[in-house]
Amino acid sequence: MTKAEIAQSVHDHVGLSKKESGQIVESVLDIIRQTLTNGEDVKLSGFGHFMVRAKHERRGRNPKTGDEITISSRRVVTFRASHLLKQKVIGGDE
Amino acid sequence: MTKSELVDAIVSLEGQITRREAEVVVNNILTAIGDALGRGERVELRGFGSFYTKERDARVGRNPKTGASVSVPAKIVPQFKPGKELRDRVDSAS
Repeated sequence: MTKAEIAQSVHDHVGLSKKESGQIVESVLDIIRQTLTNGEDVKLSGFGHFMVRAKHERRGRNPKTGDEITISSRRVVTFRASHLLKQKVIGGDE
Repeated sequence: MTKSELVDAIVSLEGQITRREAEVVVNNILTAIGDALGRGERVELRGFGSFYTKERDARVGRNPKTGASVSVPAKIVPQFKPGKELRDRVDSAS
């Protein structure tokens, strides 16, 4: 599934024009992205939490050459699916 | 940021949409992604990231309180991998 198909779903269910639907899907993703960039978590109840985590600098290895390298400290986004989303995914198979 | 704060942010960004409409849009987007994952489909959102499902094998776990072993059945879990743009933006802002 792509952005276009999500926009189509918004168009079908909400009654916005196709153009508006595409725009609003883009806006939603933009806002989430910007909030995470500011270092703030995004908690979407019933779906999941996007969290920004700070990683410390650590020693790592290039798996190809075996060279030891320093992996610098960085910030990463992690996602924790809500119970509801987990159930939805398991659903069909049980 | 919570879901209702996300809805507020959309309303102030889009102007001619009502709060109720924005709320329906956000829920529709999240439902569409969840439904696709429920069908085992991958959801790829350019510039944002991908949602997909992963199979977990059955395993023998332990009740951490009693130490009794329990069998954990195989299951399917939702996953999110941030896209390059999201990764770079969140990291460079640190």
